[in-house]
Amino acid sequence: MSGDTPLLSVRGLTKSYGTRLGCADVTFDLWPGEVMGIVGESGSGKSTLLGCMAGHLAPDAGAVVFDTRADGPRDVLAMSEPERRMLARTDWAFVHQNPRDGLRMGVSAGGNVGERLMAVGARHYGQIRAQAVDWLDRVEIAADRIDDRPRQFSGGMQQRLQIARNLVTGPRLVFMDEPTGGLDVSVQARLLDLLRGLVRQMGLSAVIVTHDLAVVRLLADRLMVMKDGLVVETGLTDQVLDDPQHAYTQLLVASVLQA
Amino acid sequence: MSNYNFAYLDEGTKRMIRRAILKAVAVPGYQVPFASREMPMPYGWGTGGVQVTAACLTPEDTLKVIDQGADDTTNAVSIRKFFQRTAGVAVTERTLEASIIQTRHRIPETPLGPDQILVYQVPIPEPLRFLEPRETETRRMHALQDYGLMHVKLYEDIARNGEIATSYAYPVTVAGRYVMDPSPIPKFDNPKLSDSPALQLFGAGREQRIYAVPPHTRVVSLDFEDHPFVASKAPHACDLCGDEGSYLDEVITDDAGGRMFVCSDTDHCATRRAAGHAGRLAPVGDAA
Repeated sequence: MSGDTPLLSVRGLTKSYGTRLGCADVTFDLWPGEVMGIVGESGSGKSTLLGCMAGHLAPDAGAVVFDTRADGPRDVLAMSEPERRMLARTDWAFVHQNPRDGLRMGVSAGGNVGERLMAVGARHYGQIRAQAVDWLDRVEIAADRIDDRPRQFSGGMQQRLQIARNLVTGPRLVFMDEPTGGLDVSVQARLLDLLRGLVRQMGLSAVIVTHDLAVVRLLADRLMVMKDGLVVETGLTDQVLDDPQHAYTQLLVASVLQA
Repeated sequence: MSNYNFAYLDEGTKRMIRRAILKAVAVPGYQVPFASREMPMPYGWGTGGVQVTAACLTPEDTLKVIDQGADDTTNAVSIRKFFQRTAGVAVTERTLEASIIQTRHRIPETPLGPDQILVYQVPIPEPLRFLEPRETETRRMHALQDYGLMHVKLYEDIARNGEIATSYAYPVTVAGRYVMDPSPIPKFDNPKLSDSPALQLFGAGREQRIYAVPPHTRVVSLDFEDHPFVASKAPHACDLCGDEGSYLDEVITDDAGGRMFVCSDTDHCATRRAAGHAGRLAPVGDAA
C-alpha cells in the first residue's frame, strides 16, 4: 500500500463474445484516491470492461492486479473464487445501475446494509444495527426507515441505500455502473454530491462507467473514452472534455445537449 | 407380501439410495442429490423419509413412525402400516425398542442410543432457499461456505420481532462446515441434534436430496452474540404426565377458552404416566 504502487493495474484486458468484440487490450493504472471515468456510447464495451475487472465476467486475456492489504499486488483473475468473493465484499464495492440488482428487495434496509458485515463474520446484532444506522444517516436516509424494505423506497433512496450497503465495510475500490442512470436530475445532483463527498472523505478509488459526461466531469479525475471495444482516448477529465483529440470524443462532447 | 420386493423399493433403487446415504454420512450436512422415486403417497407426506427408511430396513429391524411426536396420527399410522405390509417388519411405539425411527417434525424426548437410526422427513432441504431462490447460487454458496445471508434472515427476525422468532426449521451448522435445515423440528429439539449417539438421516423426496448427521457430530444453532440461541417451549408442565421439560402441544378443549398442554411425544407421555406421574388434568386412576 505504498504511494508508488497503483491500487489497480489492468493489463491487456480482452473479452470477446464469440466473434464479437467486448473490449480489447485495455491497459491502465488506477492510483489510490483516484477516480477514473469510462465513457462511451451503448455497446462500446464499458460494462464488459467493468464486469471483467470486478470478476463478474471471465476475460479471455489480460491481468487485473489489485494491491491487496495482506499480500500486496496480486492478479485477481488468478485468485480462487473464495478469495475473490472475500475481496468483493471487503475491499471492493460494486454499485449497479439498477438498485434492484444490488439490493435484496425483500430484506429491510438495515439487513441490506448489515449483510456485508455479517458475511465477513460480524455476529453482534447491536453493533451491526448501530453501523447500519450510522450508514443510513451518511446517505441521508432517516433512521426510522431502517426496518422498511427497499420496495417502499423511492428510486433515489434505493440508490443511496445501495451505496451505503456497499461502503459499510470500508472498501478501497468502488466500481460503479451508471450510478445515476434512471434518476431525475435533482435526485441525480444530490446523489452526485453525496458520492463526491464520500469519495473525498473515505479516500476511495473508483471506476465509474457512464454515458453521462456531466457525471464524469463532476466525479472523475481521469477519463477513458471507449468506442467499439477499444480505448480511443485517455487523459485528465477536463483536458479530454475541453480539448478532445479523437474524432469520436469530439463527436461525443459535441453531442451533449445544452440545457 | 409376495407381490412386493422387501420394503417396496426394488434392490437397484435401494442401492442407489444407500450410496447417497453413504456419501451424506461421509460429508455431514451436505445435500446429496438422489433419484427420488414415485411412492404410493403424495409428495409432502414423507416420500423422502419413506425411501430412506426402505433403504435402511432389514427384516430384523423394529420400526417406529412418529408424526409431530405422536404415533397415532394419520401420517404415522399409514407409513407404519405400509412397512408392515411391504416389509413385514416388527413395529413398535416405544422409542427404546425401535431400531429405526422415521419422524416428521420431532426428535423423541427419550435419548437415542448407538443402535438406532432416526430418519427425518424433509419438505425443503435448502436452508437458503427463501433468501436465494436460485439453486445454482445456493450450491455455490454452500461450496464457498458463503453463509452471511443466513444471518441476514436472523437479523430480520430480530429487527421485526425483537428476538429470533424462527421457532422451527432453525438453521444449524454441522461439524463446523455446512449450514443445514434440520427439517421443521421445533428449535426446542435442536440441541438433541448435536453429539447424538444415533445416526440421523434426512430424506427430501420432492426435492430429491438426502443428507445426514453422523453419530457424535457437533451441531450448532446459528445465533448472534447478543441474541443467543434459546431452545424455547411453552412455559407449562404437561397436563397429563406433569413433565416440565418436554415439548408441549396446546389442545383446545371447548368453545369457552378451555385448553390443556400435553406432551407432543406420545410415547414419552404414556411411559411417564405408566410410571405413576400425573399432571393437572390426568384422569383419576389413570396413573394406576
